[in-house]
Amino acid sequence: MIAKLVLENLKHRPVRSLLSVLLIAGPVTLILSLVGLTHGMSEDTQRRQRGAGADIVVRGSTASSALTFSGASVPEGLTGAIEKQPHVRMAMGVINHNVELPLVVTGIDMQAFNQFTGGFTYLAGHGLEADNDILLDRYVAQQKKAEVGSSVKVLNQMWHVAGIIETGKLVRMAVKLHILQELDAARGKVTQIYVKVDDPANIPTVVPELKALLPSYSVETMAELIAAFDFNRIQGVSAFTTVIVVLGVVFGLIVVCLSMYMAVLQRTREIGILKAIGAGKTFILEIILLEALVMGIGGTILGILMSYVAYGLIRALVPASLTIIIVTSWWPIVGGITMVGAALGSLYPGWNAASHDAIEALSYE
Amino acid sequence: MSSAPVIEIQDLRKTYRVGQVDVPALRGVDLAVQPGEFLSIVGPSGSGKSTLFHIIGGLTPPTSGKVRIMDQDLASLSDAGRTRLRRRTVGFVFQKFNLLPNLTARDNIAVARYLGGGSQKADPQFDEILRLLGISQRLGHKPNALSGGEQQRIAIARAVVNRPAILLADEPTGNLDTANSKAVLEILRDLNQRTGQTILMITHNTEAAAYGHSTVHMRDGQIVQRTGA
Repeated sequence: MIAKLVLENLKHRPVRSLLSVLLIAGPVTLILSLVGLTHGMSEDTQRRQRGAGADIVVRGSTASSALTFSGASVPEGLTGAIEKQPHVRMAMGVINHNVELPLVVTGIDMQAFNQFTGGFTYLAGHGLEADNDILLDRYVAQQKKAEVGSSVKVLNQMWHVAGIIETGKLVRMAVKLHILQELDAARGKVTQIYVKVDDPANIPTVVPELKALLPSYSVETMAELIAAFDFNRIQGVSAFTTVIVVLGVVFGLIVVCLSMYMAVLQRTREIGILKAIGAGKTFILEIILLEALVMGIGGTILGILMSYVAYGLIRALVPASLTIIIVTSWWPIVGGITMVGAALGSLYPGWNAASHDAIEALSYE
Repeated sequence: MSSAPVIEIQDLRKTYRVGQVDVPALRGVDLAVQPGEFLSIVGPSGSGKSTLFHIIGGLTPPTSGKVRIMDQDLASLSDAGRTRLRRRTVGFVFQKFNLLPNLTARDNIAVARYLGGGSQKADPQFDEILRLLGISQRLGHKPNALSGGEQQRIAIARAVVNRPAILLADEPTGNLDTANSKAVLEILRDLNQRTGQTILMITHNTEAAAYGHSTVHMRDGQIVQRTGA
């Protein structure tokens, strides 16, 4: 019977109910989109780093975090010295330059890159040939509306799009190594050197050897580097997520509180009727609480659906700059957050309704 | 009608506090109502009729005096106790019908039955009452699709669904035309005669008051006269 009363109450004022659900859905979408972005960008970066096929990475001594991608402080000549180490099969230096965060253009030696990684999968066009050639992965090409043969402006230079490549192999945008070195005034320098060993079992042996050889450089396994790309481990990101989640709870609480307070005011007479026919405080409180929870469930479902809209929009508008995924494991979390907000938000109006004087409520017009 | 009274009131007083001013609504009411009695209460506005109903119905506590309903002393009842009284012992019928607007007539009755702890299964005796009220075909409608007379019949059905000892009808014909007023009054008399339902009815109308076995006249918070049986 309580469920029927709650549903009929929600149906009786559909605009108020729908607006409340929509307002609850807002923070749900916000939280899910934020989580989708942090997870998506982490996973995308990890996938591309994994796609290089390297076992170890050597970076400059100033590389303080996983996101330190710009700058070229590693002498290119170290590549040869590294390749001479036992169990090292191959080493490849690349230079990175941040374009527009988080997009990075990477300078590569085409021949070395092909040998090291097995080469790109070309969706259209070919590899780097001319000095002004650039390769774009499918998402950058989509975002920049570029195609093979067209020109794109990157680093204040006009580049000829030589090929569109499948995403997932280290780079989003690639130009010739020596061209980017000259543009960065870093001739003979690279940002990092990727190292491939003869057998993964030898990685623990090679890493200390390289550390001994290159004491002033950062030497990490790729597993360590990839793990560092977990956005929640990056300072500030998890705190930011927490702030958004707390805002979501507070916002949901305020929305439910206002909505239910309005509902209680509108239903003063009905509450009086219920009391006159024997409804106690608990019954009235139950109705208000359950109504808030139903709106919370509705808001969660709508918020999840709206997160798909956000996903579609981000994928359509900035597929390369922002990588978003749908993180289903957060659905119950965000649902729980919404329910807590809804329950807390309904307490005051619920108590207010339960405490109405029946006689005054019955005379309310 | 010579058994123990179903309602026994002695020196009942009720004073409302309006701002800084005490407003006496009842000034020493004495009343006894026997089981199965149909009692009309008449009096001008402000004479204390509704306050008397609200106290008997457990909607508000008395300021002083003794009120016993079915051997329960209202003064000793907590808020929860008065709520239980409204569920099982007393049923209300109001002038403005006071049906829940978002529920059908059937659900309005079902809510009262639910609150009274009654079974939702078929109840032949209550079905007979619905037939008596002539609303069996209108139960699927919401109040806004029902006439005033139909709404008041639904309100009566809701009030008696838990078979309360006492039915309190506060100006039940106040919002009805002559034909519907007559119909509702006959229904109340029928209920009283067929089921022995104790009924207290407030009215301004002397013709309506004549439907009761006896009539109590109130003025200035006191009972000034009792006429009839």
